[in-house]
Amino acid sequence: MLDRATDTSAKDDTTRRVRFRGAGFVPASSRFGGWIALALVIAIWQAAGSAGIVNPLFLPAPSAIVRAIYELAMSGALWQHLSASLLRIGVGWLLGTAAGVVVGFAIGLSRLARGVGITFISALFPIPKIALLPLLILWLGIGEEPKIATIALGVFFSTAISVYSGVDAVPRNLIRMAQSFNVPFATIVRKVVWPGALPAILAGFRITASVALLLVVSAEMIGAQYGIGAFVLQAGNLMQTDQLLAGVVILSVFGLVVGKVIGWLETRLLHWR
Amino acid sequence: MDLIANHISHHFGDLAVLDDISFTVSSGEVVAIVGPSGCGKSTLLSILGGLLQPTSGAPELRGAPPADSLNPLTFVFQDFALLPWATVAENVEFPLLHTQLSAVQRRALVEDALRRTGLTDFRKTYPKQLSGGMRQRVGISRALAVKPAILLMDEPLSALDSQTRELLMEDFVRLLADGGMGAAYVTHNLEEAARLADRIVVLSRRPGRIREVVTVPMTRAERGETAAREKLLALQDQIWSLIRNEAIDAEREVQHA
Repeated sequence: MLDRATDTSAKDDTTRRVRFRGAGFVPASSRFGGWIALALVIAIWQAAGSAGIVNPLFLPAPSAIVRAIYELAMSGALWQHLSASLLRIGVGWLLGTAAGVVVGFAIGLSRLARGVGITFISALFPIPKIALLPLLILWLGIGEEPKIATIALGVFFSTAISVYSGVDAVPRNLIRMAQSFNVPFATIVRKVVWPGALPAILAGFRITASVALLLVVSAEMIGAQYGIGAFVLQAGNLMQTDQLLAGVVILSVFGLVVGKVIGWLETRLLHWR
Repeated sequence: MDLIANHISHHFGDLAVLDDISFTVSSGEVVAIVGPSGCGKSTLLSILGGLLQPTSGAPELRGAPPADSLNPLTFVFQDFALLPWATVAENVEFPLLHTQLSAVQRRALVEDALRRTGLTDFRKTYPKQLSGGMRQRVGISRALAVKPAILLMDEPLSALDSQTRELLMEDFVRLLADGGMGAAYVTHNLEEAARLADRIVVLSRRPGRIREVVTVPMTRAERGETAAREKLLALQDQIWSLIRNEAIDAEREVQHA
């Protein structure tokens, strides 16, 4: 048996190419593929609308949405709603982020703050913050404050979590290195912990930007005269689907712009990666 | 300035890691610390450098450090411990930032340290752009910038390939040649110990105790010569025979981490 096997291999002197078996899963993204797909979907949608296949009351054609946006812009209503939303998001996000960064660093750096902070954050983080809006209206009145506070709360918890996770992820060997040179605590925080935690903090900004957008729309739907959320709700109530979708498109563009800004910040601040 | 390990013992919980270690690194002397894996070599170095509190005993300094020393006990780390967001020059300058030195004085120290390690042309490079050997040169350059009396080197070459290791060993020989700096040099590589050290402290398996202190009977300059190779190999064999059986036991030990 063994002899025969040896014989067979000895006779078989044909050369064969080694079959390529793969180089690991490496999905390569094409530069324009996504845009082409998007354009294709919009074209099909437009064609379906123009051909009357889709009832414009349920799904107006892209051209109708663009027209609605143009008319909103011309009448000044777009800016009125957008500025109201931007103000709420801007102030709420900044307040929540500032508090979240401070608390996140405290939890990351102090044993006492960690013990207290993580317990509170674990208990309060899962609460949908929009559920607190009625309470905040009771506390702060019916003006801008409760909406801003809702956004700030939502942003605060996510920021605090991403910041202390970022601080935890700073390689301990770098901190030990700094201590071995007698570098003072404040300098270690400024020159080692802060830049080390920055990737996680910026990644957290992406999450908090979408949290802020979600909360501003929800808060405006509950109680606001102006704002993209209020506008979308009114359009829905009046069955003005083109206006409704115009609002949705504006929200989408806003999200994209914020994403691009954070991407730009990452490129500028994390060029060393 | 001498560095003294004074009856140092250390436990991690119930696990005894070091047991009554005493020796002295005299001014300008290079002492290698070798032993089987897990014998507490790196733990001992952390204790000596004040990065870990021993369970009992203490690291001590005798005599004044050189007047211009900014950090008499300075580490060179196995994993280099470079700030990835800082350039080579910024990494070397990092331990000087909190000192009283002016920016001009700091720059002069940085340039001198970069020159001594052959990094002058790489001052604006980021660590990720450098090879392992060049990264460790940055670590050494950073250590030199603070003018240490004693270098605490924790397996500084173990993350490098053998050719780079050889080149950096030559650098160490050059840097230690004038006897101005002493060093405690932790390594598992007996060739490094025999090439660089004046004395070699051989530790036993956990808990690490001093088994023997071997004096290397040649100057460092002599050891680079071909004629010395045989003597160095004999020395390595002598140390290996002290460690071998325990190294086998250490390798077979089941980890309960």
